[in-house]
Amino acid sequence: MTRAVAYIGQVIVYAAIAALLGGFATWPRHTHFPDDQALIKLSFAHSAKHKVACRKRTAKELSKLAPNMRRTLSCSRERVPVYLELDFDGAPLFRGTFAPSGLSRDGPAQVYERFVVPVGRRHVVVRMRDSTRSEGFDYEAQATLDLPPRRNLVIGFRPEMGGFFFK
Amino acid sequence: MDTLARSETPAAPPPDVPARIQRPLRIMFEYAEAALDRVFGPAWNPLYFLGPLGFYYYWIVAVSGIYVYIFFDTGTTEAYQSVEYMTYQQWYLGGVMRSLHRYASDGMVLMMVVHIAREFAMGRYRGPRWFTWITGVPIFWLVIASGITGYWLVWDTLAQYIAIATTEWFDWLGIFGEPIARNFLTPEDLDDRFFTLLLFMHIAVPLILLFVLWIHLQRISRPRFNPNRGLAVGTFVMLLALAFVHPAESQEPANLSVVPGTLDIDWYYLAIYPFMDATSYGAGWGFAVAASLMLFVLPWLPPLKQPAAAAVDLSNCNGCTRCAEDCPYNAITMMPRSDGLPFDHEAQVDPDLCVRCGICAGACPTATPFRRASDLIPGIDLPQRPLRALRDDLARRTAKLDGPARIVVFGCDHGVRVADIEGPGIAAFSLPCIAALPPSFIDYVLSRDLADGVVLTGCREGECYNRFGVMWTKMRLAGERDPYLRKRVPRERLLTYWGGTLDRRGLSNAVAAFAARIAALPRFDPLRPGASARANARPDAAAPSETVD
Repeated sequence: MTRAVAYIGQVIVYAAIAALLGGFATWPRHTHFPDDQALIKLSFAHSAKHKVACRKRTAKELSKLAPNMRRTLSCSRERVPVYLELDFDGAPLFRGTFAPSGLSRDGPAQVYERFVVPVGRRHVVVRMRDSTRSEGFDYEAQATLDLPPRRNLVIGFRPEMGGFFFK
Repeated sequence: MDTLARSETPAAPPPDVPARIQRPLRIMFEYAEAALDRVFGPAWNPLYFLGPLGFYYYWIVAVSGIYVYIFFDTGTTEAYQSVEYMTYQQWYLGGVMRSLHRYASDGMVLMMVVHIAREFAMGRYRGPRWFTWITGVPIFWLVIASGITGYWLVWDTLAQYIAIATTEWFDWLGIFGEPIARNFLTPEDLDDRFFTLLLFMHIAVPLILLFVLWIHLQRISRPRFNPNRGLAVGTFVMLLALAFVHPAESQEPANLSVVPGTLDIDWYYLAIYPFMDATSYGAGWGFAVAASLMLFVLPWLPPLKQPAAAAVDLSNCNGCTRCAEDCPYNAITMMPRSDGLPFDHEAQVDPDLCVRCGICAGACPTATPFRRASDLIPGIDLPQRPLRALRDDLARRTAKLDGPARIVVFGCDHGVRVADIEGPGIAAFSLPCIAALPPSFIDYVLSRDLADGVVLTGCREGECYNRFGVMWTKMRLAGERDPYLRKRVPRERLLTYWGGTLDRRGLSNAVAAFAARIAALPRFDPLRPGASARANARPDAAAPSETVD
């Protein structure tokens, strides 16, 4: 092989490597999410009510405690699970229970759920039970929303803001 | 008796699963190597510099990264804007640097993947090489992690996609008290300081990578860190051209209110994400863990049954250090003398590092066949393939050679199977590595009239299975490295041929042409090397007698 032919061969090899690098750096394109759908993310952290109601300590009980531990209320640590319902256009989209976090089950329940839904004008209802009651709900919110293609709708919960919010 | 070459190969056991994949992969690589040898030559062949090229790409990434860092701003909107500024306002330098940063990173992954595939195909991952192999696995993880954090920093829709997918992927493990994906719920959830943390990770991970690379090379002597200058220049020009022709660009700015739709994916770094889109995060973990585990255990699938490691015979070792100098795997250490002989050092072999290539025996000055048969015990040798056996085998089999030119071929277990080219006038001997042959054996064959010509063959030039076997042999023949081939050996009666395992026809043709040339030469008289005793005459075959040198 002459030197000129070898150099041409090298240029071809370098061009092939460049094509390989440049090509697969952006191609083929990947469709992560289709244009005719939207996403609902139901996500928040919430500390539910205690499983056993708090009780006021007697004076005798308080005197037996170290001075820095004399709290008037005696509360059980464990919290109840959070029960959630999500309806989409009148149909149930999700029903689920979220356990409190922590080894003693005394932390907030962590909620992070994703739902792929059709786009358009939609009615969404979300309900939560976070107490020892066995029926009914402690919080409920609903909204009729326009969901454009690939809209990322977040349903969060902040008690200080009055409960659920849609963002 | 031990023999180094066998004409009749015993029935091989059925190949295991890795071997079944290895063989076609190796054939593919050998064809590619042969083709690139023709274009680049052995000195510039990119397939022989995959590791150094990976390093080279790393340094391009580092230098371009430092430049990009100067102009990069951490912040939810500032990050994107600063990268856009570099790409478009300062395209001639900032944009080029950004493109070099991206494409050199991609090149690093490409080199790494081909390097892994090639070492696997060549079988260089088992036995004592296990350490280098498995320390390469975390290197792969770290490179990918570096790339992912880099793509994240741009904070475009691709960054948004991988940020959310990565955090959800880790949340799947359930090890975090709070889902980390919640940091990306809404634009308000995003914090500027998060980018500072990410930038720190993007710098820290490559530095850790450099440390692991150092560990990766610990069991290799004289590791090559850089490709040769021609290959380096060619690679850089290629990257520069790519930066101008196809500059790296961002996608739309991230918007957490909108789910990323169709994206330009860098498949070198981000292929796992489309896979998880198609399957699940659990499948993503399953794949990552299974692939890593498989790579980790591969060196022991099945366990390699090795012969004994090179052994030192202290009574013949004068502590000359040649074996330690030539060992490609740092398996030999020179220690203070322990037997009272009047030398400063003695060689000590670490069996865990020894790959049984025999290069040490080839380097040993005491491994000369001119010694008496009973005395041919070199200072260092392979116990199950000793050089004494080679000399005995030479004597036995060259006595049967016939024809106008009697040829002895010394080959290598990892090159062409030399037993395949044997014939009435050709006796072939395969060694673990061609550099396991002390040069004095060539002198011995010719001066004792065992044959009229000697052929040395091994792996492809520039790519020795045992790293330096071909190079050391060439240097020994040229008188550039101890032990030298003596000047009295007629070079016209010596042929070297470097080819891969597939190059049987090339070797066969070369040996045939060599034999024809040898047949036309005057008979070699070792006492008077220049004398022409009897042209075209076949000397009487004679078994070597016990001689002393």
